Parts: sequence; structure tokens; C-alpha cells
Amino acid sequence: MQENALTVTHLEKTYAGGTTALRGASLSVPAGNFFALLGPNGAGKTTLIGIATGLVTPSSGALEMFGIDAFKEPERARRAVGVVPQNLNLDFFGKAIDIVVNQAGYYGIPRSVALPRARALLADLGLGGKMEARTRELSGGMQRRLMIARALVNEPRLLFLDEPTAGVDVESRRGMWKYLRTLVEKGVTIFLTTHYLEEAEQLAKRIAIIDKGAIVAHGTLDEILALDTGPTPTHEDGFRGGRLEEVYLKLTHAPANSAHL
Amino acid sequence: MTPYEQWISYYTIIRKDIVRMLRVWPQTFLPSIVTSALYFLIFGAFLGSRIGQVQGVSYIAFVVPGLVMLSVVMNSYMNSSFTMFTSKFFNRNIDEILVSPTPPWIIIAGFVSSAMLRGIITGVLVLAVALFFTHLSVYSAASIAIFIVLTSLIFALAGLVNGVYAKSIDGINIVPTFVLTPLVYLGGVFYSTELLPGFWGTLTKFDPIFYLINGLRYGFLGISDVSLATSLAILFALAGILLLTNWYLIRTGLGLKQ
Repeated sequence: MQENALTVTHLEKTYAGGTTALRGASLSVPAGNFFALLGPNGAGKTTLIGIATGLVTPSSGALEMFGIDAFKEPERARRAVGVVPQNLNLDFFGKAIDIVVNQAGYYGIPRSVALPRARALLADLGLGGKMEARTRELSGGMQRRLMIARALVNEPRLLFLDEPTAGVDVESRRGMWKYLRTLVEKGVTIFLTTHYLEEAEQLAKRIAIIDKGAIVAHGTLDEILALDTGPTPTHEDGFRGGRLEEVYLKLTHAPANSAHL
Repeated sequence: MTPYEQWISYYTIIRKDIVRMLRVWPQTFLPSIVTSALYFLIFGAFLGSRIGQVQGVSYIAFVVPGLVMLSVVMNSYMNSSFTMFTSKFFNRNIDEILVSPTPPWIIIAGFVSSAMLRGIITGVLVLAVALFFTHLSVYSAASIAIFIVLTSLIFALAGLVNGVYAKSIDGINIVPTFVLTPLVYLGGVFYSTELLPGFWGTLTKFDPIFYLINGLRYGFLGISDVSLATSLAILFALAGILLLTNWYLIRTGLGLKQ
């Protein structure tokens, strides 16, 4: 039986202000998969990643990463995890190389191991010439790639990417896709959230769609696409989307529809 | 994490902060040197000669321990409070540590140790400045070391509580201005509390800085308004309470996590 990298069971989160972000969300991500979680703004995607990575405290539910209870043994569960957050959270006075090496340090990796690993990662991500640059001197796309290098320095088995290509130009985005595919080939499980549906369609083998804090569809890409039965309609606004976009729009605009595959 | 991995994480937190401290040394180390030099000039050279002796020593020699303590208190406190607050409020790079397997007590130890280091280094620099103005005798080197380390520990822990819990930059600035500064000045930096009338003398005994200054003054001059054992008992209790508060805040994520 294939191991799950992530298992989320009836996860609920209501913030202190009263906003409910997750309403019993459940999903599973088999290890070694490229998984995409899609949903509109405020659907609960970032909250789910925040809970998995220890940045958000859940209200109830359960979450396991590689079979380890992330709420009972948070430090042990987080050893195998890397995260690229949605918002830039770099120390703008730090050098690129130091950002990555320090992150390795927080995982208990000595500098002698971290330095060559950080150099290799930065070079792989096209930042070989920017290692000594301060992060505030980097472009937005470079800062995003630096955050990916930082998330990979502990060699995670599960990598959370929360809208990593937001605001990144097409060329850089394609470069990122290519790099992420090589990670999956090496056995890394990727959990991606994105608003670019073609990105999910190109990369992900399994997809979940979340709306108003609940998972409304969950399955392989083909299973999700099969939910689109009719011909691709032209909408009232005059636009016509791809197949995944049509399924997405149907599910996120019709709360009664729910498909768990 | 294994103890070795925990050590690396602890070292990384400290190293990162030391690099920052050295990069902005005109903000971290220079102000205390300039301020203390002015104090020594005014209270030693200008006013000190008119005041005469306090408890059998020259006025400038009497105020040196208090001014060293002032710099240790302020630097330890502000380092941990500002470092924690800026990393959680302005760019959220505290998340780098929070998503890692670093346990809460290592996070506390790292932030507190680097703040203590800044406090102690600044205290030593102020002491060096004092030597330009007066001759300093050492009555008990052990007392000096213990009270400087204890001061930096207590105020680094207090600053961390403030940094974790503060919800705005005002929450960080209010405490040093309206709490720490009055506590320091009323704790007997510039006078012996024996000179205070009954009510004020009693009130001073509720000020933790009073015990710290007296401990340090004992180390230099061999004089104190209160017994060392009482000072140490009160200060260790205070450090314990602050440590537990920090552990609770970081373990639960109160003020750090959503």
C-alpha cells in the first residue's frame, strides 16, 4: 500500500476574529505525487498549509505527515517538510547564501554540509551569480526562487508551495515548473496551491478543489476533468475556459455540488 | 532533534543576530557609549565635585555600577524585544524558525543568549569608558560577573515576552520608555535609597533593578543597601517566572501563530 505524504482529516479552523477558514476539510496526498489544491481567494488553502507547517493552530481535526501526527509530534513531523509561503518573508538585509544556510541550521544541519548544498541549490535555481547579494537587491522572481532554495535545503520529502509563481514572468515560471518536475522525479511530494489552472493541469497528477473551507472535489486529474460533462460553454462574461477551469468554476460557484473521487 | 542538531539550531539563531548587531553597530553599541560618556562627564566631572562623597566613595565611583546596569538592562531588553518583534511583524521571517523542528526552548535560548551577549558587551564598553573618568576598585569580581549576567538574563527574557506579545510597534516602545526608564532611575542609579523618605524607600524595594544595582555596587565598592542573598533570591525567582512565561508563549504560539 502506498504511503501518504499528507493525510488531513476533518480539519476545522476558526480564527480569533470569528472567520471560519476550514470546515471539516479532509484529503490525502500519496507520497511522490505532484498534488495541487485549487480554490478561490479565502477558500482556506493557505490556512491548510499554515496548519500543516505549524504556523496556524487548528481548531479541531487531525493531520499526519508520513504517518506522524503533526499535532502530537510537531517537531518530528516538520523534519521532512519544506515550505514556500505565499508572501515574501525574507530578511531583506540578509545575503542570499546566508538565508539558505541559516535555514539549514534551524534543521540542525551543520554549516560544513549546508554551504555546498546551498550553493548547489542556488545555482540550480539560477541564482548562482547572486549568492552574496542582499535579498532586497533581488527581483521579485529571484526572491521567489530564493524561497524555493531555502525550503529545499533540508532535503524535504514533502514540499508545500503556496502560490509560488504569483507575479513571476512566463519564462521564470516555466523554469520553475521544470525544476519542480525534477524534484518529483527524485521522490519529493509537492503540494501546490495556485490560481493558474493551466499550471495545475500541466504539473499535477492529483487535484483537490476547496471552496469556503470544504473540499468539494478530490481525485486524479483525469477524474476531476471527467466531472466536466457538457460542451465547453461560453459564459455570460463572454469568456470560455479550459476543461479544468470549467470544472473549477462549476464546483466553486455551486456549493451543492460535491465530488469526492 | 538530537542534542547536536539542537546545538546547531541554537548557534544559528545566535550567529544570525550577532551578524546583524555588528552590521548596525552605530545603532547597537555606540549609543550606550556616547550616553554613558555624557553621564560621566556631567555627574562626575561637572556635578560630582560639588556633591562630594556618597557612602564613603566619590559620587562618580558611586554611579558607575548604576550606569553599567542601565546599559545592560536597556540593551538586553531592546535586543530581544526588537529582534523578535521585527521578525514576526515586518517580514515574518520568524516563520523560518517556526516551520523548522527547532523546539521552543531552543528558540528562547537563542534569542535570550544573543540579547544577553549584546547587554554584556555594552556593559563592558561602558565600564571601559568609566575608566577614563575615575579609578575603579573591584571588591568582588564574582559578584560583578553574577549580577551583570543575571541582569542581562532577566531583561533579555522580559524583552522576549514583550516582543512575542506586542501587536504593534507602540507595544515595543512603550515599555522601555514608561516602565524600564522609571524603574532604572528609581532603582538607585544616582543615589542611595537610604536617602529616600519612608514611603519611597519602601516602594523602591518592589523595583527589581534596585536589587541588581545593589548587587553590582557591592561587587565594585563593597557597599549595598540590601543583603546579597535577598537580592539573588528575588532575582532568580523573577528570572524563573519570565522563563516560564516565555516557554508558555512560544509553546502555544500565543502572539506568534494565528
